[in-house]
Amino acid sequence: MRRFTDVASAVAWRSTRRFLQNPQLLLPILIFPLFFFTAFAGGLSNIGNVPGFDFPSGYTAFQFVFVLLQASAFGGVFTGFGIATDFENGFARRLMLAAPNRLGILFGYALAALIRALIVGTLLFAVALATGMKVTGDGVDLFGLIVLAVLVNLTASFWAAGIAMRFRTIQAGPLMQMPVFIVLFLAPVYVPLALLGGWVHAVARVNPFTPLIEGGRDLISGGTVDAGLIYGISIALALAFGVWAIRGLRSAERAG
Amino acid sequence: MSLVEQGGEMARRSILQTLRQPAMVIPPILFPLTLMAINVGGLDAATMLPGFPADSYLDFAIAFPFIQGSLFASINAGTSLARDVETGFIKRLALTPMQRSALLIGNLAGVMVVALIAAAIYLAVGFAAGLHVEAGVGGVLVMLVLAMLIALAFAAVGAFVGLQTGSGEAVQGVFPLFFVFLFLSSSSLPRNLIEQDWFRTIATYNPVSYLFEGLRAPILFGWDGEALALGFGIAAAIAVIATIAASRALRTRLVH
Repeated sequence: MRRFTDVASAVAWRSTRRFLQNPQLLLPILIFPLFFFTAFAGGLSNIGNVPGFDFPSGYTAFQFVFVLLQASAFGGVFTGFGIATDFENGFARRLMLAAPNRLGILFGYALAALIRALIVGTLLFAVALATGMKVTGDGVDLFGLIVLAVLVNLTASFWAAGIAMRFRTIQAGPLMQMPVFIVLFLAPVYVPLALLGGWVHAVARVNPFTPLIEGGRDLISGGTVDAGLIYGISIALALAFGVWAIRGLRSAERAG
Repeated sequence: MSLVEQGGEMARRSILQTLRQPAMVIPPILFPLTLMAINVGGLDAATMLPGFPADSYLDFAIAFPFIQGSLFASINAGTSLARDVETGFIKRLALTPMQRSALLIGNLAGVMVVALIAAAIYLAVGFAAGLHVEAGVGGVLVMLVLAMLIALAFAAVGAFVGLQTGSGEAVQGVFPLFFVFLFLSSSSLPRNLIEQDWFRTIATYNPVSYLFEGLRAPILFGWDGEALALGFGIAAAIAVIATIAASRALRTRLVH
């Protein structure tokens, strides 16, 4: 166990330091969620006046939950880019030779993704509250929202790590990014599920991300939350993609 | 060889270069269409807002892929010229009797041909999904001409950045800035329906809003002279200024 934690903490420390010291990596992760928040909450706020749109905390909070979960997911995806780069420049292979416990490598990268998401999430919360976002949920609800964001981050990290360890090239970047992007946007992003139109409504109804985003919105507004459903889905997804990532690690080991 | 023939050769090279790399053709066509399809379902409820100018969000949103496709065209133009700088192609070209403007004209013409193909696909998909053009066939032709002019304007900006910096990475780095202009405009809602004053002010000063409104005018309002004049005027102004700047950057590249 000690060997696992040593490897995980060393990998997490290196990835976090690299991310914090490199503006090219840091700025897009900080700026993009803020930009999406500004564009969606600012430019589309009138959508909150559409008949049938009934969200007690207002459109800013409605969009905040989406942007928070999106930033958490992309925090995980960006870690996949880092893993792929480490394989391309040979660092990951040397790391696998040196590490006494290779699972620690995977969990180290996931820990770095979590730290990254926490930094972005804190910034997002600060900006949203400073610009007047209404939070009608209590402290427990907010804690529940943070746990949800952490689970989304973990799921996306494992998904991207699984791809990165199978392909071991940054050219697989779109493969890590595009499915996450599509799953996120085929959910009730701008309006509640009932107001979605056409085929997007049909897809959103079966999209596993839909209960998570709706649950997150219930949490921030202090509404009735089906905790079993949202945490059940998010834990199941994190576990499933955890297995996917471990199998990716084994694939990288076999490739040598 | 006349300037036209030289430009034709360069255009042929630019088109072949683009068509031979699926990564430069497929995403610029597919990604804007995907985003439009998602937004049409996601924001269909916006048509219920009092004063919204269309019964279907598709009629409003069809302009989006044209502008986003032009954005990709600008990145392609800039990246391709930056690669010519990086690989020394421009320096070798300077040793031949070819006129320098032929390189720029050829590159921009090549980008416009690809943009024309993309525009035809956007319209075909739009009509298949039920797009209605108030101004009829003439309106469709005017839209195509404006779309070409916008593609030229954006491609010239990309060409300027590519020639000025001589770095494909720098061109890619400018991409997020272009995206900011795209989203902080009337891309998702008409300006008079943007609720937040600060966002509406930015959208009013953002020239990209008028490009959207020019493209939408034949679809939503028929022959709206003011919107068309502003759309064509702004696109032409950007095209002229950016082409002059790109031409100067090319001259500097050929001298040094």
